[in-house]
Amino acid sequence: MVSYIVRRFLMTIPVLLGVSILAFSLIHMIPGDPARSMLGSKANEEQLMQLREELRLNDPYIAQYGSFLGDLTTGDLGTSVKSKEPVAEELQNRLPATVELSLFAMLLATVIGVLAGVIAAVKQYSWFDNLSMTGALLGVSIPIFWLGLMMIWLFSVKLQWLPASGRLSTGTELETITNFFLLDSILTLNWEAFSDAFVHLLMPGIALGTIPMAIIARMTRSSMLEVMNQDYIRTADAKGLASYLVVFQHALKNAFLPVLTVIGLQFGFLLGGAVLTETIFSWPGVGRYVLQSILGRDYPVVQGTILVIAIMFVFVNLLTDIMYKFIDPRISFD
Amino acid sequence: MEQEPILSVSNLHTQFHTKSGIVKAVDGVSFDIRPGETLGIVGESGSGKSITAMSIMRLIKDPGKIAKGDIMFKGESLLSKSNREMRAIRGDRISMVFQDPMTSLNPVFTVEKQMVETIRAHRNVSKKQAVDRAVELLDLVGIPSARSRLKSYPHEFSGGMRQRVMIALALSCDPEVLIADEPTTALDVTIQAQILELLQRLQKELGMAIIMITHDLGVVAEVCERVMVMYAGKPVEFAHVHELFDHPKHPYTWGLIGSIPKIVKEKVRLEPIQGLPPDLRALPKGCSFAPRCKHAMDQCLEVDPALLEESDNHHVRCLLYEEKEKVVTS
Repeated sequence: MVSYIVRRFLMTIPVLLGVSILAFSLIHMIPGDPARSMLGSKANEEQLMQLREELRLNDPYIAQYGSFLGDLTTGDLGTSVKSKEPVAEELQNRLPATVELSLFAMLLATVIGVLAGVIAAVKQYSWFDNLSMTGALLGVSIPIFWLGLMMIWLFSVKLQWLPASGRLSTGTELETITNFFLLDSILTLNWEAFSDAFVHLLMPGIALGTIPMAIIARMTRSSMLEVMNQDYIRTADAKGLASYLVVFQHALKNAFLPVLTVIGLQFGFLLGGAVLTETIFSWPGVGRYVLQSILGRDYPVVQGTILVIAIMFVFVNLLTDIMYKFIDPRISFD
Repeated sequence: MEQEPILSVSNLHTQFHTKSGIVKAVDGVSFDIRPGETLGIVGESGSGKSITAMSIMRLIKDPGKIAKGDIMFKGESLLSKSNREMRAIRGDRISMVFQDPMTSLNPVFTVEKQMVETIRAHRNVSKKQAVDRAVELLDLVGIPSARSRLKSYPHEFSGGMRQRVMIALALSCDPEVLIADEPTTALDVTIQAQILELLQRLQKELGMAIIMITHDLGVVAEVCERVMVMYAGKPVEFAHVHELFDHPKHPYTWGLIGSIPKIVKEKVRLEPIQGLPPDLRALPKGCSFAPRCKHAMDQCLEVDPALLEESDNHHVRCLLYEEKEKVVTS
């Protein structure tokens, strides 16, 4: 097991190097002069020279890449052209917002999706099966921005149950430690802030979790249907085990591998920042930050953020691979 | 003095209601089995032997159901038991060994987990006591260094060893009836012999009744006392094993015996039974075997014969004998 994890871990190194090369090349893929495109046509020659110097654009590519990697090892992701703030610092606030939202959405999607999929499979062709699978079909087809707007209209405007935007209400105080608001409020025993952060998470979490939930439910159902016909399920029944053990232990553990793959991939995508959801709910996360930087041609920010997102994606996949081994002992590395 | 039967199946009908018609998978099966006895059920695939076993366990899934008949276990009808009562019987009083040990054990759980959960489903014992019992059982079925093998997963055992695990699992709670559904079919010949020997030894030690389901007459000859031959869901011949081999009466049984290779000096051509088993959704009007039977008469296509006692404890379902009887009685 340990050697499996270590070897799988080592395998991420070439991937990460590739990612760093791609992120680095980004700035050189811009047509024309990067400095000019960042500062716009009104910039004078002196400003351009200064930016080129700052970004080391005058050095040979290899030297540029070398210093780019060197900066990375010290945690320096570059500096925003617009705000002059270090990118790493900006991400320190926004990344937890995105991760918190993604985790919440995935938790919701996994729990509800798996449960619905299992019940739908066990009660195949029942009203629950038909209802939940129609729901899942709707879930993958609904445009998220529309769903988000409808929820805001219903729950915030009409019923006034839930807040429409942000991570905390103005006036709620919270001492931030990790910038994960739920975690911070628990650490500081601030229950008022906890419930406030929680209700702020609800709508964006549901909006973001809808598609993964639908995919997970359908995947769980089809995988369970296949497993429920296996000989070892018949054995489990013949041993006189209670039905819930047969379904949730013997069948679900076997059916979970393809579901886990989907969960890992979807979670990876969510971490990349849910641009639409974050925009609709004014969620101060990475997605909006990247979008603003792209529109504002703030390339060092785009570069640094892409790199961080890609690294997280790689690690989520690493985690998924490690969990495979926990679920199915037959999986070997070679 | 003859013991009371522990399990009696009477006039069992199990049917599957499919879109293309009703499949009569088991169509009027009756038999008794006494403690310590081994009953063989023989037939081709699709003859209804496994469905008979699954019916006894009440594990027939939709769209199948037991349409008629009764199954009495120690004087109580299994068909009138609730699901909960039935679960308490499965794996405890009546247990089953399946054909393919490669696929019948759950691949993602250790042998320990699969054995301990069975024991604890039926016995109120601690985890440790259950583990000890599991070790004892693995010892009993001849798995070397049992305690250390408990932590292994099924894929870490060979086929024969896996079937031993499967048998240990079935014996967890000292069942009174063991149903072995083709327990040796997926195994090498040498391993087959070992597994059969093991089953016989365990039967002697534990005194359980065994229903041995197989398509292999060799297995029957080896371990069974009485044999029921099934064809297209119906029993066609039922006799003591020696009687069956010495004086087979049904043309289908003749065919089965004729298609076993024998080692003799001169080369003899094997005689296969021509044709295929009938479609269970559209059985022929007369005898189900008539279309494949070399001895079929015109009547056989019209009249479905009854299972009659032809000679002492030797039942056969064939017009060849009904005719004879008529001649005798008239």
